[in-house]
Amino acid sequence: MIRLQNIEKVYRTDTVETLAINGINLDIAKGEFLSIMGPSGCGKSTLLNIMGLLDEPSKGLIKIDDTDISKFSDQQLAKFRNQKLGFIFQSYHLINDLQVLDNVELPLLYRTSSAKERKMLASEALEKVGLSNRLKHFPTQLSGGQRQRVAIARAIVGNPQIILADEPTGNLDSAMGNEIMDILINLNKNEGTTIVMVTHDESMAHKTHRLVRLFDGSQVQ
Amino acid sequence: MFKNYFKIAIAVLKRRKFFTFISLFGISFTLTILMVSTAFMDKVLSPDYPDYKRERSLYITGIEIRNSKEGWMNSSNLSMYFLNHYVSTLKNVQKMGISSSAKPSNAYVNNKKLVIEYKYTNADYWNVLEYKFLEGKPFSQKEIDNAELIAVISKQTKEAYFGDEKSVVGKYISADNINYRVIGVVENVSKTLQNLSGDMYLPYTIAKENHNNTDVMGSYNAVLLAKSTADVPKMKMEFDQMMKKVPIPKDFDKIYCNADPFFTTVTRRLGGNSTDGAVTKVVSLVTGFVLLFLLLPTINLVNINITRIMERSSEIGVRKAFGASSKTLVYQFIVENMILTLLGGFIGLILSLLIIYLINGANLVSNMHLSMNFTVLFYSLLACLFFGLISGVYPAWRMSKLNVVKALKA
Repeated sequence: MIRLQNIEKVYRTDTVETLAINGINLDIAKGEFLSIMGPSGCGKSTLLNIMGLLDEPSKGLIKIDDTDISKFSDQQLAKFRNQKLGFIFQSYHLINDLQVLDNVELPLLYRTSSAKERKMLASEALEKVGLSNRLKHFPTQLSGGQRQRVAIARAIVGNPQIILADEPTGNLDSAMGNEIMDILINLNKNEGTTIVMVTHDESMAHKTHRLVRLFDGSQVQ
Repeated sequence: MFKNYFKIAIAVLKRRKFFTFISLFGISFTLTILMVSTAFMDKVLSPDYPDYKRERSLYITGIEIRNSKEGWMNSSNLSMYFLNHYVSTLKNVQKMGISSSAKPSNAYVNNKKLVIEYKYTNADYWNVLEYKFLEGKPFSQKEIDNAELIAVISKQTKEAYFGDEKSVVGKYISADNINYRVIGVVENVSKTLQNLSGDMYLPYTIAKENHNNTDVMGSYNAVLLAKSTADVPKMKMEFDQMMKKVPIPKDFDKIYCNADPFFTTVTRRLGGNSTDGAVTKVVSLVTGFVLLFLLLPTINLVNINITRIMERSSEIGVRKAFGASSKTLVYQFIVENMILTLLGGFIGLILSLLIIYLINGANLVSNMHLSMNFTVLFYSLLACLFFGLISGVYPAWRMSKLNVVKALKA
């Protein structure tokens, strides 16, 4: 589903060059649930951002669903992200000015769907994460766990084949973290969604199919 | 999609009320000044009572003689001799309305002084211009030839001199100790029409000056009426050719006189001289001034918009991550900015109506009644859109170029 070949990422300033990712090769199969672990600053999030087409590698090849995206224009990348990928962030990144339902509808705004259809799909997604009674709330009126569930609903509303989660349980206590993890596991099991998750938490990582460890930008396991 | 943008735009406006106030104040204040100025310009430049035939008219408001060697000159209004002897012979002039510049005279009502500005006119003046007679009629050629002491007065003069009397035709009005029989009362003319407004109109033959004097300079202006709009250029050309034949007075070597369309009379007065109508110059200057005037609040808005965008970097990152292209984001931000400017425009419109109401009420310029018509509204709407676009495009472009990863980290 996702193929990374010899990926490198270098950050350059006037005086320093930092190698954030160093020659990573990774194949992630369709329907796989993979976790990435490693100490802070080892390049986990950078790698996830590259997989999510949010950041460009300095070198290497990325293929998603057998498509080479290296020559895609901004417009094509946007469309590709919209249709194939869903994101979950550690700090949720919900739009506080919009109600829960409007937040979840967001990915559908960039597709050709009617307002009615958007509302229906967003309500369904919120029902899947157990928040059908919070449609008209604003994010600031919800707990951390509830916000992350809204973020999951937003990630799955467009029915993407891949979900990229950057420390989805990082800001939550263990009970809430487990709840979120259960939702992701069910999503992977029942819908066959491919999930790549960056985490610091060993117990969460062990619930996934495969664990990749990074150290100083290189894969060590 | 648009509903979503609208929701966000309103939410953003509510978020930082001080910024919103500054933005809206800048937009509405600028637009108010523009709208009131446009209303004023529209009043001055559009055909207005009683000068409705501007398309068919040319205006002569002055003559200039020069001694280019010595470097001195003389300029003034025109003499009746010049107008009758030269201009009235032009074939393309269907009618010529002549009037002198307004001069003050004193009248007394209940021992209180009343200043009455009077003008001398010819008979065709009443045919070229469409004065609305509330009672009575204008004076005829015969009455002019007989130099009768008769007067057409304005409604304002009637009310000031005769008070509540219903009909004043046949009554006498005394100004500078001369009694004139009132033969007509006309609706007031705005003071913005300098050459046409007056409190009292008299036959030119009763003026003290000697009309047989062959000087080209005097105290009269003229409106030349062509048979049709198409004849106006011919009339102008004929006038210019005639000017070449007018003898130059002794001690001078050049003579200038222009028959201008109404707009040119305004631009010539504002920025030109006897040889230069200054249409391009004045139009460019006014346009430049308006652009500069719009530029300052636009820069202010651009700054505020950039600050607001930086606050929204997380939202921009999320939108990009979930499929918004740079183009879509630019579009979203411009739409949001348009909503803000249209809101500012709406407030500006209300303020303008209020100010126009106050200006009309205070009668700042005698008998000038400003109004907010479709032309003014159209230009104001255009100014709003210009504002919205200019102040939105650059911040939107900067926003769309934000790197997603950096935007999400901010």
